Amino acid sequence: MKHARTLRTRGGLSVRLETRAALVVLLLAAGALAASVALIGTGDYPMTFADVVRTLTGDGTPAQDFVVHDLRLPRVLVGLLAGTALGLAGAVFQSVSRNPLGSPDVIGLGQGSTVGALLVIVLFQGDPPAVAAGSLAGGVLSGAAIYALAWKKGVQGNRFVLVGIAMAAILTAVIGYLLTKANLTDAARATLWMVGSLGGRDWDQVRPLLLACAVLVPLVLGHGRALRMLESGDDTAYALGVPVERTRLVTMAAAVLLTAAATAAAGPIAFVALAAPQLARRLTRTPGPNLIAAACTGATLLVTADWGSQQLFGADRLPVGALTGMLGGCYLLWLLFTERRAGRI
Amino acid sequence: MSDARVATGPQTTAKAAPRADGEAGSTTTTSRLTAESVTLAYDGRVIAENLSVAVPDNSFTVIVGPNACGKSTLLRALSRMLKPASGAVLLDGAAIGSYPAKKVARTLGLLPQSSVAPDGITVADLVARGRYPHQGLLRQWSPEDERIVDESMAATGVAALADRYVDELSGGQRQRVWIAMALAQRTPLLLLDEPTTYLDIQHQIEVLDLCAELHETQGRTLVAVLHDLNHAARYATHLIALRDGRVVAEGPPAEVVTAELVERVFGLRCQVIDDPQTGTPLVVPAARRPRTAQAGATGSPAAAARPAGSPSA
Repeated sequence: MKHARTLRTRGGLSVRLETRAALVVLLLAAGALAASVALIGTGDYPMTFADVVRTLTGDGTPAQDFVVHDLRLPRVLVGLLAGTALGLAGAVFQSVSRNPLGSPDVIGLGQGSTVGALLVIVLFQGDPPAVAAGSLAGGVLSGAAIYALAWKKGVQGNRFVLVGIAMAAILTAVIGYLLTKANLTDAARATLWMVGSLGGRDWDQVRPLLLACAVLVPLVLGHGRALRMLESGDDTAYALGVPVERTRLVTMAAAVLLTAAATAAAGPIAFVALAAPQLARRLTRTPGPNLIAAACTGATLLVTADWGSQQLFGADRLPVGALTGMLGGCYLLWLLFTERRAGRI
Repeated sequence: MSDARVATGPQTTAKAAPRADGEAGSTTTTSRLTAESVTLAYDGRVIAENLSVAVPDNSFTVIVGPNACGKSTLLRALSRMLKPASGAVLLDGAAIGSYPAKKVARTLGLLPQSSVAPDGITVADLVARGRYPHQGLLRQWSPEDERIVDESMAATGVAALADRYVDELSGGQRQRVWIAMALAQRTPLLLLDEPTTYLDIQHQIEVLDLCAELHETQGRTLVAVLHDLNHAARYATHLIALRDGRVVAEGPPAEVVTAELVERVFGLRCQVIDDPQTGTPLVVPAARRPRTAQAGATGSPAAAARPAGSPSA
């Protein structure tokens, strides 16, 4: 309550706002937008910040218009949407499993998507849409399998993470097998896909991801308060009238779909889902799943990383997934280090 | 829903006599919460069969019994955490599972045995979560919520801790915070599962005094599972003694707690005297017999010091 403000109207409407959390979300959103504009301006045909904004609002030259709308905007949108989806999904998994390791990278969803994509690449030499479909199916199937295997009168945090880790190990073995079976071209294509990249994305990747986000993000946010109650333990939440298992099932299914959709569009981008909720919580200093802040952190992290990778290594030399892994990992280590020095962990 | 529920004063409608084993519920008191011949089982392991219990309105009901007698299981069933394998738990005359979760949570509160305080949450924020069943997406924090949270913290003596982090508190303080959260739920019925476990003796008494006060001043119906028979006898207005999933006796402690009953329920030889502070029954376990005497008396517990079994108050 220390940092909360309440907005009330006469009709009995009352909404609570954590002041700091709201500010953090605003700043993150602004950061994501700035990074997006910078990213659009980056490439073989560089554009100034002002040019990009002018083109986006419809006043650019035809050439600028083509570069922005057909080439670079889809890439940025995939980055923003995938980052949002991954950040939100990570927050859901970590909240439900009450474990910071309960994130899609660790519990085998990324590996499931990869197996799906690799099956299509290696066995059928499928085109990109088929690969995306395979990845989506792989992610959803592995999510369902983890849920079913971890089920014992409801899904419990640690069992869920452990089953997920076992699942990830099995799927990693399958990935290794598929890669050794593949011929050289397929293997190279598969490896590139596995790192996760925003390069060469077009509107065909944007549309399904946008649809998934439009449906699933509000669904998850609508369950935010119930999720927050779940963090006090199942019994307490249940006593307070939270439909525990239904909340868990709905939010986890949504998170699996979000992860699978993001992965299908951009490949298994490392670390965003794991780091974004942790970073968001430390930025907002608010307990609870911090869903909106985690989603914004994910988007900002991914787009900034993509922009950074192009600035540092040149256009499309380093896939963004490699950089998010490094960036996010370093930042998290630094955070943990400073917190340990402050005696908080 | 319910038949004419006459406002019966708390515990004034005391029952004529302690009940004998497993009879059907009494009709002299009204009960919003009852268990009707329920069979309770975990994973097919039956804990209690054909168990019927009624919680008298406005009572401070305490459930006692030895370990594994099913007392916590019964409380879980009464709070709809455990679905009976057969029979039904009725709240206001309808099966408790038939109500929407939030509606039950506005009528019946539960303080579970183990709760997890989320990392970095303050006392005031945790207590505020007790208002969840009264809130919605568009009604997240009304002036009423704020008032009730403040009152709940004042009633449990944690108002001064409002801005402290829950992780920093002592066990006794923390338990009072959880009770404050359950109070903020503002339910006429409140169930407590061993609220004194893991607490030092002074905190145990503190928590139980608080419960008694809530029962007296706010007229709520409390149901608690307690380990300590003397605590139960001192604080309860209605006692339910369980053994092996069956009700062995129930009624006001002064009538129920006898040496004979304690031996039957707990297998403990004892003497029951008047509590010098409250006049309620006080169970004093029998002294250990010296080895030589024991050799002679093996197999005949009747030879042991047999205290007066009459009701003491």
